[in-house]
Amino acid sequence: MLRLENVTKRYKTGDVALKNVSLEIPEGQVIALIGPSGAGKSTLIRCVNRLVEPTEGTIWLGDTELTALSPGDLRKARRRMGMIFQEYALVERLTVMENVLSGRLGYVGFWQAWFRKFPKKDVREAYRLLDRVGLMHMADKRADELSGGQRQRVGICRALIQDPDLLLVDEPTASLDPKTSRQIMRLINELCKERGLAAIINIHDVHLAQMYSQRIVGLKAGELVFDGPPDGLVPEVLTEIYGEEDWEATIEDVDEDEEEASK
Amino acid sequence: MPKIDTADGPVWKRRQTPKQLMIWFGWLIAVAIAAYAWHLISEKTVWFFVWDAPRQMLDISTRMVPPAWSYMDVLWKPVWDTINIATIGSMIAMAIAIPVAFAAAHNTTPHRLVRAGALFIIVSTRSINSLVWALLLVVVVGPGVLAGTLAIGIRSIGGCAKLLYEGIEEINQTQVEAIEATGASPAQKMIYGVLPQVLPTFAGVGVFRWDVNVRGSTILGIVGAGGIGVQLNASINTLAWTQVSMILLVILGAVILSEWISAKVRHAII
Repeated sequence: MLRLENVTKRYKTGDVALKNVSLEIPEGQVIALIGPSGAGKSTLIRCVNRLVEPTEGTIWLGDTELTALSPGDLRKARRRMGMIFQEYALVERLTVMENVLSGRLGYVGFWQAWFRKFPKKDVREAYRLLDRVGLMHMADKRADELSGGQRQRVGICRALIQDPDLLLVDEPTASLDPKTSRQIMRLINELCKERGLAAIINIHDVHLAQMYSQRIVGLKAGELVFDGPPDGLVPEVLTEIYGEEDWEATIEDVDEDEEEASK
Repeated sequence: MPKIDTADGPVWKRRQTPKQLMIWFGWLIAVAIAAYAWHLISEKTVWFFVWDAPRQMLDISTRMVPPAWSYMDVLWKPVWDTINIATIGSMIAMAIAIPVAFAAAHNTTPHRLVRAGALFIIVSTRSINSLVWALLLVVVVGPGVLAGTLAIGIRSIGGCAKLLYEGIEEINQTQVEAIEATGASPAQKMIYGVLPQVLPTFAGVGVFRWDVNVRGSTILGIVGAGGIGVQLNASINTLAWTQVSMILLVILGAVILSEWISAKVRHAII
């Protein structure tokens, strides 16, 4: 459904963030993108919705060639891709409800947005989503009154109300404690299953990546160095991606967690 | 930075020795310049006037007491004018400064050339004192409140726009990015991503400028641009010192009031 063909990104400074990356993601698949800081994970997902313009290569979402779209058509295409951010990126001074409804901006006109006159259907969907993530009672709170985990849930609602085919998730747990991290990852995973969404999740935590994804892609210095199932992450592979380290402990840990989860 | 190894362990100093000497030398020159300037000033001063100053001060002070309380009846109207000059002037300034600020901020400007133009407006309006603007405008639109209001308004554009565009440049860009990622249009990006972040700054700048302008507008009457300065000028020219002291008291009152109001408003916004 999403296809990247030989995507290269060279920044003006001369840094090459992505080197000739090709990747195909079938419908409904949740993949985790792992790799050291600066490997180009964020650049990759930002190239997909063109918050960052790729230098070379083509990106296809279904039958749409994203890399060839005019600004107007790009905005239409962005509606099909929900994005979730590391630092939540909610508009702090707006209410939770306004933040969720901002996911519909691609569908409404300027004055509708200005007067907050969103269609009834959108408002109902917003309440339904807030209820789904357990934040119904927070709808009229200002976003900056919420805790980290709550903010990320609002971020998820904002992405989902777009009614996307694909989620682009950039380090969703980097600012959260371990328990909340798991809850958020589980929630993203469940919602993807419910709606048959595909997702690319950038994540630092190898552990969480293995627990909550169907496929893992490893990126190192802008190049794809691993593409396989979660249990394919053997110490040799992690060494290839991140460099030399004692990986046994990390992997054993995961097995224990899976046992716990199955209890 | 430099680490020097000695017999009893490493020693750390902030600067290399030559650099430290340079800095001392710099201070020496600064002190020499100050001493020379003091010498020049004292040579050009007529010390008789300086020694006489306390007596003159005492003289004027005694003539100013008691203030002419009854003169207040005449002053209500000019005080009201002064506050109006400040308020309407500030509103005009903000109305123009907001679009100029969006054009001048790196992250919202449509083009480099537009930014250059906006910066020119900011520098040019700021560089000329409101008293000078008033002098010019009295000639153009005639003496009175209108000239004062325009003078305050024009002078404040640059001051407001500078603070506003710095506020716009300090916003959190990922919030704007998030709005952009939903497929929002550039205009929607402004009202959802940028505006909520800068509104408190806008309100704060507006109130701060109004506070500054209340003080600034008390003087404009000296050049005939309306407000309480007209009375002040007249009283000084006729050596009516008890009236002068009354006017100064009224100005003090108005300034304290505006400080109080702006402090309250700023507190409410944050």
